[in-house]
Amino acid sequence: MSSFSDQLLVLVMLINFLVLGSSRMAISIRAVAVQGVALGLLPGIIHSVSWHILLISAGIIVAKGVLIPSLLTGAVRKAEIRREIEPFIGYIATLLLGAVLTALAFLFSQKLPLHPAHRGLLFVPAAIATLLTGFLVLTTRRKAITQVIGYLILENGIFIFGLLLTEAMPVMVEAGALLDLLVGIFVMGIIINHISREFSSIDTSRLTALKE
Amino acid sequence: MLYGLVLIPLVGALVTWLLPDDHRRPIVLPVCGALHLALTAAVLVNTPPPSHAGWIFLDPIGKLILLVASVLFMVCAVYSVGYLGYRRERRNRVLCMGLLVCLSAMTLAALAQHLGLLWVAIETTTLTMAPLIYFNRNARSIEATWKYMLICSVGIALALLGLYFLAYSTIVAGGEATLLLPSLIGQARHLSPAWLNAAFVFLLVGFGTKMGLAPLHTWKPDAYGEAPGLVGALLAGGLVNCAFLGIMRIYQICMAAGHPRFFQDTLVMMGLVSMATAAVFVVRQADFKRMLAYSSVEHVGILAVALGLGKGALFGALLHMINNGLTKGVLFLSCGNIHRSYGSKSCDVVKGALSRLPWSGGLFLAGFIAITGSPPFAPFISEFTIVTNAFGEGHYLVGAAFLLFLAVIFIGMASTVLPMVMGVEPEALEPTDYRDRLLTVAPPLLLMGVVLLLGLWLPAPFRQLLHDAAGLLEVRP
Repeated sequence: MSSFSDQLLVLVMLINFLVLGSSRMAISIRAVAVQGVALGLLPGIIHSVSWHILLISAGIIVAKGVLIPSLLTGAVRKAEIRREIEPFIGYIATLLLGAVLTALAFLFSQKLPLHPAHRGLLFVPAAIATLLTGFLVLTTRRKAITQVIGYLILENGIFIFGLLLTEAMPVMVEAGALLDLLVGIFVMGIIINHISREFSSIDTSRLTALKE
Repeated sequence: MLYGLVLIPLVGALVTWLLPDDHRRPIVLPVCGALHLALTAAVLVNTPPPSHAGWIFLDPIGKLILLVASVLFMVCAVYSVGYLGYRRERRNRVLCMGLLVCLSAMTLAALAQHLGLLWVAIETTTLTMAPLIYFNRNARSIEATWKYMLICSVGIALALLGLYFLAYSTIVAGGEATLLLPSLIGQARHLSPAWLNAAFVFLLVGFGTKMGLAPLHTWKPDAYGEAPGLVGALLAGGLVNCAFLGIMRIYQICMAAGHPRFFQDTLVMMGLVSMATAAVFVVRQADFKRMLAYSSVEHVGILAVALGLGKGALFGALLHMINNGLTKGVLFLSCGNIHRSYGSKSCDVVKGALSRLPWSGGLFLAGFIAITGSPPFAPFISEFTIVTNAFGEGHYLVGAAFLLFLAVIFIGMASTVLPMVMGVEPEALEPTDYRDRLLTVAPPLLLMGVVLLLGLWLPAPFRQLLHDAAGLLEVRP
């Protein structure tokens, strides 16, 4: 049981690297979708199966694996871009930085005062590594859609940490959080659409009119 | 009754969605606002007991938030009927829907005793406000909306992580994982300090981003600058209070935990940094709405400092939350009128507002005098309470810095506002069709009257409510 969840978490962390190193939007969107599906399977694996868990799993897989990627692909198609342009720090540097952050995540989580049942598991390192990857993508990429992908990875990282806590987060709140994420991405997609219409590009380094 | 408070605005939003007529749609806003205000008054007098296993309860802090949100919404709703009459070139369906859903979410946040529910409500307010900032549909407002959306979403996500850390601290302490406020306060002494500190930091960063504490305030000048005055009033009055509510809830838990120094010092530090940032940037702003954004950063800083000081300053913090919300309402609504009349937000163009628009110009001037803390207006009372408590408890440096920043901001804002309202209108100005009429003047005038009244006389039940709320925030021995 726990080894399968470990494999899923390793998959999640490998996908982080895929997104860090890829310049093609379609690949990044699909990668985040697979990450979402992997995360959706995890509650069903680590906790005993019940209606509430199945509902959450199904909801997450549909939202993160199907709905959000389709919203983003739609935005990509309307904006008519295929690739990210050279980010603020180059791809090789980004990958190296990602590797360093993942290593630091593992080191850091050994020092954390975790509950005895959670020590030595991959959850906390994976959560921290994914969180930091999300931040990295968010801050170093120029295209608005890649920034949204960074935000999604950030949310995935936070979700992994939340997996340690399913008793405290009842269905209502999980559903609410998921709904908020969905609506958030929907709103972001619309904004991206408007940005591309207004500026004929979704290069956010051009959004500099408002300055001190 | 509590269901009604949350559902009435949602029903109103549905009605605005279905109504095809742009002209009649704004009327739904004051109707819902009036119903909501009436229900709020009923609920404040007869508080229902906790329901839904303790998830929903209106405690004194929640009552204050609900009161300000409801009053501010009602005033803005009446204003919007007049304002949208001048903006007929735009469809207003999204604006009306967004405002109503936001009211519903703010109400839910005030009622929530489960921190997860509070988080969902606050995230909803973030999302509903985004399309409203984009109301003017130009390049600048899309940029403002994008920054707002991205920065606030990341902030709220970090707040969620903070909530997870908080729940985790209960597990590490060997208890049952819970996010219900009363249980957390009860267990606070036993919570793992490392996780509680981490939770506090992330929640402060997350909700602080939403509130506009420096250095997380970078979205504020753009968003407040580009949004219509009506939206700005609700952002500065309503959303700031909801984010502050989130910080107050975690503060309640931290105060009950028995080692308050770290939390108090962090809050005071961030508050002073915000006031300093505002003092630096508010001087010589070319755009008066951006100036108001920095004023908002200043007042958010004041709230954080007061919360951090604790004891007597807590009364001042809560009173200031109310005063700031109402006064910002006056400022944003009147400057929305000025913008409509002059057709520009730039301080180079806007001169002589008192002669061109006696009511709106006068209200803007009065609002400026109030927000910078002059008597006889209410913000003076709250700021005075905070400063006397700072000096009384021996925090001389904090008190002195506080006063210094207030003075600098007063001078900075005066250098922008006074040329705007005094003097003569520029001759090259094109005539616009905006005139000061009842619907766009009476709402801010009413709010200004309330701010003046509160400065002269705090009604006894209101004072009692403030004391009860401050009691919830104090350190338990």
